[in-house]
Parts: sequence; C-alpha cells; structure tokens
Amino acid sequence: MEAARKSAKARLEAMGLPQRRDEYWKYTRPDLLTTTDMAPAALLVTDEAPLFDAIDRLKIVFVDGVFDAQASDDLSLEGLEISQLKDAPDWAQSLYGVLEENGQSPVARPLAALNSAQAQQGIVIRANAKVSKPVSLVYVRKSDTSDAILHHVIRVEEGADLTVLENGPAAARLNTVMEVDVADTGAFHHVRAMGRDHERRAATHIFGRLGHESVFKSFTMTVNGKLTRNEVVLDINGDNAVAHVAGAAMGDGDFLHDDTVFITHDSLNCESRQVFKKVLRNGATGVFQGKILVKEGAQKTDGYQMSQSLLLDDDSQFYGKPELEIYADDVMCSHGSTTGAIDEKAMFYLQSRGVTKIEAQDLLVLAFLDAAVDEIEDAAIADDIRGRLEGWLARRRD
Amino acid sequence: MLDIKNLHVKLEDEDKQILKGVDLKIGAGEVHAIMGPNGSGKSTLSYVLSGRAGYEVTDGTATLLGNDLLDLEPEERAALGLFLAFQYPVEIPGVGNMTFLRTAVNSQRKMRGEDELSAGEFLKIIREKAKTLKIDAEMLKRPVNVGFSGGEKKRNEILQMAMLEPKMCILDETDSGLDVDAMKLVSEGVNALRSEGRSFLVITHYQRLLDHIKPDVVHIMANGRMIKSGGPELALEVENNGYADILAEVA
Repeated sequence: MEAARKSAKARLEAMGLPQRRDEYWKYTRPDLLTTTDMAPAALLVTDEAPLFDAIDRLKIVFVDGVFDAQASDDLSLEGLEISQLKDAPDWAQSLYGVLEENGQSPVARPLAALNSAQAQQGIVIRANAKVSKPVSLVYVRKSDTSDAILHHVIRVEEGADLTVLENGPAAARLNTVMEVDVADTGAFHHVRAMGRDHERRAATHIFGRLGHESVFKSFTMTVNGKLTRNEVVLDINGDNAVAHVAGAAMGDGDFLHDDTVFITHDSLNCESRQVFKKVLRNGATGVFQGKILVKEGAQKTDGYQMSQSLLLDDDSQFYGKPELEIYADDVMCSHGSTTGAIDEKAMFYLQSRGVTKIEAQDLLVLAFLDAAVDEIEDAAIADDIRGRLEGWLARRRD
Repeated sequence: MLDIKNLHVKLEDEDKQILKGVDLKIGAGEVHAIMGPNGSGKSTLSYVLSGRAGYEVTDGTATLLGNDLLDLEPEERAALGLFLAFQYPVEIPGVGNMTFLRTAVNSQRKMRGEDELSAGEFLKIIREKAKTLKIDAEMLKRPVNVGFSGGEKKRNEILQMAMLEPKMCILDETDSGLDVDAMKLVSEGVNALRSEGRSFLVITHYQRLLDHIKPDVVHIMANGRMIKSGGPELALEVENNGYADILAEVA
C-alpha cells in the first residue's frame, strides 16, 4: 500500500494541483478544493429522519472522515468480505490506486491522485455472491473545519451483486475516491446523496472497470453544498456490459454542482447511459462535462448521454460540455444537452385547475428530475430519494 | 353568475386591441354559446377570464358571483369556481394524471377552507366519474395528456371538470378534433354536469355541438365584441348562411 501511495504522490507531483486555467476546470474553480487556508463550514441542523433509515442495510459510519466502530454495524455480512482500508487484504492492496491511475489518461485528475497518495481512511469490500442488503456508508460531520479524505476499494466477483449507498456531509471539505472493479457477470449498484450542509465542499471520484456482461449503475442526488465536483470515470472492457450514471441536483443560491463523466467503450455490444438533471435558482450554477469515448473495434456500442438543466430565474447558470469521440463505425451514440426555463403553458394549465403557483412549479420540477431518479432500480430507495426532493422543495415554499 | 361589462383587452407585448367592449351576462344554470369568425376574440375572452399571462385589460370588468376576477391569480379564479376546458389541453410529462387531479382538487379545497380529500376518498370518486367518461385506470396513471389521442384529451378535460365541480365552465372549442362518437361522449359528460347552480359558456365554430349541448342563449362575436344575441335558432342561421348576413346586418 505504501508503494501505491508513493507512486500516487509522484503522479500528483508530475501533474500538479488543478488550476483555474486548466481546460478541465474551466467552469468550476478548484481553489476551494485545493487551498490550504480552508474556510470552515457551518453544520446543518435538521430534525428529519436520516436518508435510507427505513432501508434494511449494513451501516458503516464515518465521523468527519474517520471510521466509527461504535456507530457502525459489525463488518460482516453473508457473501461479503469487508474491512477498513488500514486492514486491507492483499487483493485490495494490489487494486488500490490502480483504477485511479488508469483513469488519469487522457485527462489528469490530480485530486484523485492526491487522495490515493494520502488516504488513510476508507472501506474495502469484496462481494462474492448476491448480497442480501446494501452496504450503507454514512458520513456524519461534527466539526466545522474537518478536511477529510476517504478511499474505498470495491471488487464485485463473478455473478455477485452488490449495492452501496452513501449519504451525509462527511466533512467541511471532502475528497473521495471509490475504485470499483466489477468482474464478468457481476453487478454493482450505487446510490448516494451528497451532504446538505450549505457551506461544505466536495470532490468525489468513482473509477470503475467493467468486465463481460457486468452491470454498473450509479445515481447521485445533490441538494445544497457550496461546491460539488463529482467525477465518474468508467472503463468498459468486457463485451455486453451495461453502465448507467445518473444524477439529480437542485441548487438554491451559493451552489455549484459539477458532473464530470468519462466513459470509455473498449468492447463489443456494450451500453452506456448518462442522465443528468439540474434545477437551479437564485444564482446557483450547474456544470456538466460528459464524454463518451468509443475505441476502435468497440462495435455495436449503444451510448446515450442526456444533460438537462432547468433555470428558475435569470441569475442561475448552466455550463454544458457534451462530447462524443468515436473510432468505431458500427455504433449508436446520441446525446443532448438542454437548458431551459419552466414551461409556462404547463404552469398555466396547472394553475387554471387550482394548483397554486408554487405547487405547480414544484410539481414540474419533480417531474423534470424524475427521469434521473427513475434510473434507480430499487423502488424503495428511489421513493426515499423522491421524498427528499419533495421535502427540499416544500421547505422552500412561502 | 358571470358578469362581463365593457371588457377591453390588448396584447401585453403588442399594440393590438383584441377585445373591444365585450358585454356578457350569464345567469346561474344557464348555457350560453359564443360563435364567430376566426380572430373575433373568442379564445382570448376565455384566456382573459381564466387569467393567462400576456394580456392587458385596458377597460371594463368581469365578475364571478360578485367577485372581481381580473386581479386574481388563475388558481384563485379556479377556487372561486371558474373552469376552462382547453382547446389544446397541455401535455405534462412526468406528472401523473391522478397526482395532478388530486393536487388540484385538494389545493382548491384548501383555498376555500375545506378539508382535503384523503387518498381513499379521492380514489373512490375519481373511479366512478372516470367510468362514465370511459377513462380507464391506465389513462389515469399516465402522465397528464401525454400520448393521449385528441378524444382522450377532451374526455380528460371533462373528467377534470367533473372532479373540480366548478360553477362556471368555459368550453373553448371542445368539439375541435373530435369524431362523432367522441363528441357524443364528451357532450354527455357535459350534460351530466348541468345543474341549477352551474353555468356554461360554450365557444364553438359549429352548430353540431349545440345539438348535443343545448344552449339557452347564442351570441355572435365579431371583431372583439358581441354583435348579436338570440336563441338556439341563431346557431342554425349561422350554420346555414355563414356570418355574412349577420355582419352586414349590424354594419
């Protein structure tokens, strides 16, 4: 592991920290994520039941980025090998930093290298079978100055099926890397909700490698947060694999949410799907940088990329950079990126039936986001997420 | 019920006067029809009454049961009992028809200070009303008007009317895009709602609809005002001779 950290450190030194002038950081200022002079972030006080509370799950708690054994369930579940990063077994040690390093080309991701170089905390999971309940990573925050780094290493073996949930603010500033290696015929499901604390900053990275006939599906909900940069880098190198990445984000005021996705198709007959929806108001900013790279020989690729934002006022803004790069000749790739205001015709129709203006707007916002939420396969989890989106809107009424 | 006096309306963004002094008085339980050539201001009248943006009232008044309508939000007009059946019902992807209707019914009840309907009560009522309009459970589950045929959309409008139980119903060219059978079904739905306390304003180009929904009074509208009013025979006259005679008569 020390060798892996050292080589990550060398990578980081070679590429340097992200700068404002970097093409990949054009729309999102990296300063807040890199500065050593870190501002505190106030804690959000809420009396709501925590997300996923009603879901039967194996709960693993980190407080300000440090594993909390007391608050966590026993690290044992049928079909799983699970341990803290510091106790990582050989297989995990040899995977640590590998997928991150693979994901550094053609675009450098210095904050991920920094994570691999420094991370001491995280969880290591190996799924050997269809696991009966989700592993739920709960990120509690108690300090307003915590600066946390988490690094998770996950391997889903052949025929295994694992769901990982993540939620909570984690730290005033958070940097995560999740390396996910899905073996042939394995399935990995991921649903997360970024912390709701208004002033928190987060840079997250998911590096996935997909084998033959494997499935990878990830959904992220973001409401609030001063800065969120979520990078997903997937390498599809087994035939007939399926990769879905989706996100629903709502921002009000001092909010920047950035989805940066890079999916590489290097196999036959694979499907990838990106569905990102953002609702922005009172000066909030949304960013989408999504790329599908279809390598030579990756025939019969079915790539879909959709990024849509709904701007509820003139102060809010959205920057979209959808990219397709295709070197195979028998593929189907479609993409769309739209930015728009609320549909006035639909608003009037709803209001003319007696729905108040604010309720009508909320109905249309939820309907807009639902195409992303719909990507979550588990109905109970999807309903929990829908409830949170509704709650967020309801709290902002009148 | 509805009392419109000397209503003048122009487009907000354009210097174009559409309504030039409309007078119309509809008593409780009455059915009035408005016919008139294209561009006479019939649809504008329905939009202005229901509160659509983009119009500016330059003169005149419109009251519903004594309440001034023109300063109210569309939803407040609805809660007072106004209902517009759209010529082109709007498709709303992602919002379930049932969710939409329950939100609308309960939102109106809340505004009127009444108790909201529980999910169970609502379901019982809507099932019953949907059945008579031949709207199946599948149509109730689908997103509002999305993928509905022309006839389904209009039936869905009448279902909304039946659920919301308005006092003043405006039907804006409800017959457009309907085949004979669909028109009969929609008309039956409307007729079932006729009552002493409920009035209708039926905007149409064709006398045909008025065979099914029999009006008490027919108005001819042209160039932004009512130019002639009479009984149902006036609609027949238009059907047979067009508008030329009437226009010439009042010119």
